[in-house]
Amino acid sequence: MATEGGHGPQTSGDYIQHHLQNLQICKLENGEWAWNQCAGNPMAINVDSMFWSVLLGLIFIVLFGNAAKKASPKKPTKFQALVEIIVDFIDSSVKDTFHGKSKLIAPLALTIFMWVFFMNLMDLIPVDWIPELSKMLGMATGYEQLYYMKVVPTTDVNITFGMSISVFFLIIFYSIKNKGLSGFLAELTLHPIAPTFKGPGILVAPIIIAFNFILESVALLAKPLSLSLRLFGNMFAGELIFILIALLGYLQLPLHFGWAVFHILIVTLQAFIFMMLTVVYLTLASEEH
Amino acid sequence: MDINATIIGQSIAMIIFVWFCMKYIWPPLMEAIEERQTQIADGIAAGEQGRKKLDNANIESKKILDDARKQATNILDQANARATEIVSDGKQDGLKEREHQLSLAKNDIEQETNKARDELKEQVSALAIASAEKILGREVNEESHADILDELARKL
Repeated sequence: MATEGGHGPQTSGDYIQHHLQNLQICKLENGEWAWNQCAGNPMAINVDSMFWSVLLGLIFIVLFGNAAKKASPKKPTKFQALVEIIVDFIDSSVKDTFHGKSKLIAPLALTIFMWVFFMNLMDLIPVDWIPELSKMLGMATGYEQLYYMKVVPTTDVNITFGMSISVFFLIIFYSIKNKGLSGFLAELTLHPIAPTFKGPGILVAPIIIAFNFILESVALLAKPLSLSLRLFGNMFAGELIFILIALLGYLQLPLHFGWAVFHILIVTLQAFIFMMLTVVYLTLASEEH
Repeated sequence: MDINATIIGQSIAMIIFVWFCMKYIWPPLMEAIEERQTQIADGIAAGEQGRKKLDNANIESKKILDDARKQATNILDQANARATEIVSDGKQDGLKEREHQLSLAKNDIEQETNKARDELKEQVSALAIASAEKILGREVNEESHADILDELARKL
């Protein structure tokens, strides 16, 4: 628990607030770049989230890229065997769901799974370690803005939204690619109530189409929204509980351990769910139903 | 907790990572896995084939062994038959030879006997003449009495 900080005496509220605040950078109205004065600025960037997210993504890329580069079918190293287990697991999960041929979906699933897994895993590092280190580093180097440091990227809704929006565009892309633009629009407008174009029914057809469109658009938009909010909600809640436990003094030790053990499950499960739902959504987008 | 430009940054990062994974990570790993899978399948198939070959070879060797055994028995039988044949042939030859020798010996004996008889005859006739000379007191002219002597000799 951080009781002494550079910014005056801390209450529990301050402590929690400190842990939930991103390190942000944005351009002020006067044209200057400023740190941590960006509340409500839509062009602000959460530097800590981006830093850790990209770092963890790079760790994934380097680890797996290395294994892929040295991959030999005859003499696999132990690390290659581990990577192959993961790859094979992802491959079989994808093949169970997605029956078409796509060069993108399996690597996409692997990247999402490992990346989200690594980002979630940051939650298991005790909540004060990296923020305190960052604070000390900031003090030592004069970059006082490093006072704020959120280390779990998936507890930042921007990060999860950033991923689910990419998935959302992929869903639309796959829908149009496999069903054509007309097929995609038909799916949006001719379900779930089929309008009639014969006889007097044609009079109500526009109303039905408008109704269908609203319904289907909500269903379509709910996909990325639920995808990102599920991950964000789970990780944010987990992180918050870690922060609350950290406020408890010595009692935190057994509690922290218990919650961390439980969190291992959530970390893996949420990564898997994010990956699996992505695959399912893309499958739905590319198959007639 | 506000929505801000981090979304864009994260999306770009994700696109780059996914692209990299699609291009440089997934294909070689999949290739390695699939190659190993085919190698394992090939190995199992080769093992199966080897076992089948071994079974075939076992059957073949058994057949060859059986044939050889049969042949050996045949040869043995033939040899036995030939041996008995040779023994019986030898016996017959021996018998023949014995007969032959026996007949030769008989001839010899007969000849000897005849010869001895002739000699005996001559000696007897000479003796008879000598005794006759003594009896008659004169020398019998062999030439003038040859016919008598010959007759005598023939009668003897």
